[in-house]
Amino acid sequence: MLTADASQAAAWRSLRQEVLDGDPATRAAKLHERAQATRRSILKMISDAGQGHIGGDFSVTDILTVLFDAVMDVDPEDPRKEDRDHFILSKGHCAGALYSTLAHTGFFPVSELDTFMAPLSALNGHPNRVKVPGVETNTGPLGHGLPVAVGTAIGAKLLKSGSRVFVVTGDGEMQEGSNWEALMSASHQKLDNLTVIVDRNRLQQGARTEETNGLDPLDARLAAFGMEVRVVDGHNYNDLIEAMSPSTTGSPVAVIANTIKGKGVSFIEDRVEWHHKVPSKEQTLQAFQELS
Amino acid sequence: MTTTTVLTDAPTFDNRQDFADELIALARTNDKVVAVCNDSVGSSNLTKFRDEFPDRLINVGIAEQNMVGVGAGLANAGLIPFVCAAGPFLTGRSLEQIKADVAYSQHNVILCGMSPGMAYGELGPTHHSVEDFSWLRALPGLDIVVPADGAQTRAAVRNAVADPRPTYIRVGRFKVPHVSEDNVGLERGKFVVAREGSDLTIIATGTEVSRALWAAASLAAEGVSARVLNAAYLSPLDEDAIKDAARQTGAIITAEEANVAGGLGAAVASVVGQLEDGARVPMRILGLKHFAPTGSTAFLLDHFGLTADHISAAAREVLHRD
Repeated sequence: MLTADASQAAAWRSLRQEVLDGDPATRAAKLHERAQATRRSILKMISDAGQGHIGGDFSVTDILTVLFDAVMDVDPEDPRKEDRDHFILSKGHCAGALYSTLAHTGFFPVSELDTFMAPLSALNGHPNRVKVPGVETNTGPLGHGLPVAVGTAIGAKLLKSGSRVFVVTGDGEMQEGSNWEALMSASHQKLDNLTVIVDRNRLQQGARTEETNGLDPLDARLAAFGMEVRVVDGHNYNDLIEAMSPSTTGSPVAVIANTIKGKGVSFIEDRVEWHHKVPSKEQTLQAFQELS
Repeated sequence: MTTTTVLTDAPTFDNRQDFADELIALARTNDKVVAVCNDSVGSSNLTKFRDEFPDRLINVGIAEQNMVGVGAGLANAGLIPFVCAAGPFLTGRSLEQIKADVAYSQHNVILCGMSPGMAYGELGPTHHSVEDFSWLRALPGLDIVVPADGAQTRAAVRNAVADPRPTYIRVGRFKVPHVSEDNVGLERGKFVVAREGSDLTIIATGTEVSRALWAAASLAAEGVSARVLNAAYLSPLDEDAIKDAARQTGAIITAEEANVAGGLGAAVASVVGQLEDGARVPMRILGLKHFAPTGSTAFLLDHFGLTADHISAAAREVLHRD
C-alpha cells in the first residue's frame, strides 16, 4: 500500500482553501491550472508507459479536479476515515487520471506516477484499492462502480455518517445493465447522498455511442429511473461545482457532464482512435505545449 | 480427533434455520451486521431478521449483479454484509462482481449461497448450484466454507462476524443429520476429522459428510478402517490434512454435491499429485459430471453415485476388495 505525501497534502489543503475562498473567476483559473498540470502528468505517464487511455483521461480530468479540489471531504493522510466522502471511478480504464489526481492531492508521492504500469507497480492499468490509497473499490470491468457506490451510500446512511458518495461512469458504460439495476435501487432507497456523474464524451472504444447503442435521451432515461438530473458543461469548473451540490429533492443526483474526449489537445479531441492510442514523441511534445 | 456415529435414520434438518437464528443473534449485539438479498427474504429465511431489523435488510429486488456490488459498497462503508441469494444466481449471475468487487477488491462481504448443490431438485440445472466450487476456487482471497450441518452453519456465521473477510458460505436446504456437537467451532482453513481411520480416507463436504460417515460405519463392519475428513473449508485448503491422508492411509475418495471439474476432488488431487516425496495413492472422485436430469434431490444424489453405498463401493474398488 502506498502512503501519503505530507507536504503534497499540505499544499493541496492550502490550494483547496484558496479555491473555496476565491471568487468564481479566481476559482476557475486555479482549477484550470490544476487540471492542466494533471493532464500533463497523464500525458507523461502514458507516453512513458507506452499505453493508457488518454482520451477518457482528458475528458474526466476537470470532473476529478473539481471533486477533489473543491467539493469532497477527504483526508489524504487518513484515506479510510469513517466519515469521509467517497469517490469511485467506475470507468477504471481511466486510472491514469485518477492516479494523477490522487497524487496531486497527497494520497501518495507524485514521483510514484513514474511507475505507471511498470512491472510490479502499485499503479496498475486499472485501480486497486489494496495498493493505492484513495481508491475505494477495484474497477475495470464496466458497470461495477455504480452498484458499489449505491451500497456505500446505503451504508453511510445506516451509519448516519453524513458521508456523500460520488461515482463517475463513462457514457458508453451506461450500456451495462448493472448500472440500471443500481439506479433503480438508488432511487428506491432515496439515496440523496449519492451523486452519479456520467462523463458524456459521446465516444466509446469503437465508435460514437449513438452509432453503437444509443443512450439518448439520457437525461429523460435517468429521470425516469428516479434521478434528480443536472446537465452541465463538464469542462466548466463553476458549473461543475454547482452541479455537485447536494440533492434538492431527496432523490439521488445524476449529473450528465457533457465533455470532449481528449479535451485540451487539438489532435486528440473528439477522435475515436484516441481511446487508447499512445502519442508519438513529436505528438507528446506538441501536446505538452498545448497543455502549458 | 472425534469419532462420530450418525445413524442412517437420524432426524434431519434444514441448515437455513440455524443460519437465520445465528445471524439474528449476532445482529442483536453487533449493529454492523446487515443482510442483502434479491427478493429472497423468504427463501433465504430472512423474514425474522427483517421484522427485527427492518432498516438492516436491503432487498435490491431481482438484480443479482447490483446485489453483490451493493454488498461490496456496504463493506466499504464499514458494515458486515451478508449477501443472501439462491446459490446458482448468486455465483453464476454475479461471478464477475464476486471476482472484482469482493475477492480482488478485498471487500469483506459474506456471500451466502442458499439452497446450494441440487437442493432445488426437480427445478433442474438452471437452479442447481454445482459449479460454485469450481468457479470460486479460482478466486484468490475468497474463503469457501461448506458447513455439514446446522451447528457448523452457525459456526461459519460466527467466524464471519468475528473476523470479517471475503467469504462464500454454502447454506444447505436439503435436510441433513447432525454430524457435530452443538456449539461446535470451525477453524479457518481446516478440515474436521469426523472419524479416524487408517486404511483409506474419505474426504467429503456438505451433504456428503453424513453419507461418508455411514459408509465408514459399514466399511468398519467389513474390517476396513476409513478416516473421514469433513472439508468444511475448501479455501483456504487444508493441504496438511490431505498430505497426511495420502501418507498415512492407502487411498483417498472424495465426495461432493458439485461438478467434479475443479471442485473438492480436483483440489485434493492437485495436492496429492504434487507431494514432495512422490508418494502416490489411488483416488476416486465422486461428484457430478453432467447436467442433472429431472428428479428430487435424493434421487439425483443417488443418480450421480453420491450415496453411502456408492462411497463404500468406491472404497472397496480402490482397495481391491470388491
